[in-house]
Amino acid sequence: MKKFLTALLFVPLLAFASSEVHLDKAPDRSGDNAALQRGAKTFVNYCLNCHSASYMRYNRLTDIGLSDGQIKENLLFTAEKVGEPMKVALQRADGRIFFGAAPPDLTVIARARGSESGSGADWLYTYLRGFYRDSERPTGWNNTVFPNVGMPHVLWELQGDQVQGEHHKLELANPGKLSPKEYDSMVADLVGYLNYMGEPAAEARKRLGGFVLLGLLLLFILTYALKREYWKDVH
Amino acid sequence: MSTINDGLKSLLGWVDARFPLTSNWKSHVSEYYAPKNFNFWYFFGSLAMLVLVIQIVTGIFLVMHFKPDATLNASGVPIAFASVEYIMRDVPWGWLIRYMHSTGASAFFVVIYLHMFRGFLYGSYRKPRELVWIFGMLIFLCLMAEAFFGYLLPWGQMSYWGAQVIVNLFSAIPLIGPDLSLWIRGDYVVGDATLNRFFAFHVIAVPLVLVGLVAAHILALHEVGSNNPDGIEIKKKKGADGIPLDGIAFHPYYTVKDIVGTVVFLAVFSIVLFFMPEGGGYFLEYNNFFPADPLQTPPHIAPVWYFTPYYSILRAVTYPLFGIDAKFWGVAAMGASTLIIALLPWLDRSPVKSIRYRGPITKVLLSLFVISFFILGFLGTKPPSYEFFGMIPGAPVAQLLSLYYFLFFITMPVWSSLDRCKPEPDRVTSK
Amino acid sequence: MSSDETVDSGRRNLLVASAAVGGVAGVVAAIPFGLSMLPSERAKAAGAPVEVDISDLLPGQMKTVEWRGKPVWIINRTTEQLASLRKTDDLVSDPKSEKLMQPEYCQNETRSIKPDILVAVGICTHLGCSPTEKFKTGAESGISADWPGGFICPCHGSTFDLAGRVYKSKPAPDNLEVPPHMYLGDAKLVIGLDKKA
Repeated sequence: MKKFLTALLFVPLLAFASSEVHLDKAPDRSGDNAALQRGAKTFVNYCLNCHSASYMRYNRLTDIGLSDGQIKENLLFTAEKVGEPMKVALQRADGRIFFGAAPPDLTVIARARGSESGSGADWLYTYLRGFYRDSERPTGWNNTVFPNVGMPHVLWELQGDQVQGEHHKLELANPGKLSPKEYDSMVADLVGYLNYMGEPAAEARKRLGGFVLLGLLLLFILTYALKREYWKDVH
Repeated sequence: MSTINDGLKSLLGWVDARFPLTSNWKSHVSEYYAPKNFNFWYFFGSLAMLVLVIQIVTGIFLVMHFKPDATLNASGVPIAFASVEYIMRDVPWGWLIRYMHSTGASAFFVVIYLHMFRGFLYGSYRKPRELVWIFGMLIFLCLMAEAFFGYLLPWGQMSYWGAQVIVNLFSAIPLIGPDLSLWIRGDYVVGDATLNRFFAFHVIAVPLVLVGLVAAHILALHEVGSNNPDGIEIKKKKGADGIPLDGIAFHPYYTVKDIVGTVVFLAVFSIVLFFMPEGGGYFLEYNNFFPADPLQTPPHIAPVWYFTPYYSILRAVTYPLFGIDAKFWGVAAMGASTLIIALLPWLDRSPVKSIRYRGPITKVLLSLFVISFFILGFLGTKPPSYEFFGMIPGAPVAQLLSLYYFLFFITMPVWSSLDRCKPEPDRVTSK
Repeated sequence: MSSDETVDSGRRNLLVASAAVGGVAGVVAAIPFGLSMLPSERAKAAGAPVEVDISDLLPGQMKTVEWRGKPVWIINRTTEQLASLRKTDDLVSDPKSEKLMQPEYCQNETRSIKPDILVAVGICTHLGCSPTEKFKTGAESGISADWPGGFICPCHGSTFDLAGRVYKSKPAPDNLEVPPHMYLGDAKLVIGLDKKA
């Protein structure tokens, strides 16, 4: 009995299989409202022109410390009311013509891009920093984690031009408006926002979880005592 | 105080004259005598019941908001997929209810697998509990159908392609296969019609059968009485009052004990639900956050973890036999691998029931069986080209283990009767 | 099982405590399920305040806008129509609008913020049909020779005056509801929001 239970313990070890793609770890921005607000702004300014976030309502951003008024003034470009979802002006059919495929909805992209190699945030963080010049692509851009991606490098003015050097290492050929450090930090904020948008209830979920477990602990103490009380008669 | 009591008593009398309330309560609960030596493994029956209730209740509330509709909304997202996100975001507390349901699906299989393994350990399928076991196996099959139908509903990539692959399994059946899978889908590919009928099966048809089978399972169990870790019949030794000497009333003893088990289970369940609802990509698969796209298969599709051992067996068969292609035999092997478990009561010829009194052959073979089941499950989550540590190819390992899976059952009549067993005790033991 | 004298007090206390905590846990667990049946964010967004431009609404005209899925009437009443309200005072069941079918700031003679502009939910307080406007007075209205103008509900014949007050002895129990509303400037009206919020 014990022998085979210990044998079972070794089974999960098999899961330590090597992963194919190396992903950089995305800095954790959860709960950092200032960073998430910056990320939201980047998202609205750069992504929301082509990508929708059609399950995300603007007024949900009150989660990350914005008021309805602030949302209306700074972020509300594609809708009239703060209760509306983040729709996009670009028609899907046009998107297909411009990019070969309609740009996907990004609401849950941070959840969809998870894999054995890393979280969805890691993938996005690597992806958004992994564009390089490639003259063979129609857009002139390629990507290390998403080969032959249809999207051009929307943030190139900020990051500058990367080219693929020896051993596929990326090098900055022309600097952009931001220093590499600033650019990484900006991408981290954006990815933090995408991660938040994938599951806005995540913070509340974890907070509630703590209380539920505390309640169950109390219940366990009581019911266990009750069980012992009844079972003291059983020999 | 006493007048209230009297009032209640007369009300109960009124009911009892018309409905067997007290007598059922007695025969199934307060005077159902269960062996007093139940251990850890005996929690999983009541826990399975608990998870069934969780799934039904959360399911009812999800149906209030879910839309089984594969057509695209204005943003180009299938309505069914969007309605799941609607539940996760817009419905007050919808995320909690949805996570309870998705975590509950995996929890159901964890609990049921452990419940079944308890049967393996202590010979709970042996005479006179053959029908308990058969009903249990039918519940297991229903549960697999329920999980399969339910998994299509979020209409993500894994839902879609998983259903596509499984439905196509039926096309392997000679002659009628292709028409059969067309009939199941109601379309040339998995489509809106498929989604709607799977919804009907998932929320009405299968649950009804499931609940009925659970009732039959429990009625059959209460007719013959529960087995126990010693595998001996407590009914053979009764006291002067006709109560088994080693039996104790289910209520209050096992009700208070099962409540403790329930609380512990709920704590584990909550840890998953609140802190890792995706279960590392096993409970909610990453690719299922992409809406179903009939034009693009994800690079690697695997069933949800609870189907992967059988999926490995399906893939392990790669040779045509008797002029029928391998696809059919793979499907046949997968079907046989679940059905063969139902034959256990007749395959096991050991003179004793419980693992405690069985010899080394059983212990070694059962341990190997469990390990190979886990490895088959693990390989089922991987692409066929997977190699352990980048060296040992997974496919032949899966074939070998699949073979072992069947040999374990087929040769059981031989090895179980050969094994050197210890004598069973007269009365149950406390440890 | 045991009679009161032999009840083990430790056991009883534990039983009561477990049942109490378990009961509370059960109730708490049921709350999210109950709350999930409240209007969702989508429903709330659809029911968000509506802005209406009324600069083109001439005296005697009516405009209908949708708020929370219900028709909301905006009526620019003429002086004669306003005068008719004094006549109907005796005919309606709640002339002083004592029942709270309107925000406090509309509990007045005309049931409105600006005397001429009436904002009312066009849903009969009887069983939820939408009444029809009958602004024409007298016999021409098809109601009665002395009809001063108002509304009639097609379902059960309740009649309302031009302030949405229900006539006596009609099936509808209450005056038409006046939704919360406020003005943003002279000709811009917001329905569903007022200064208090």
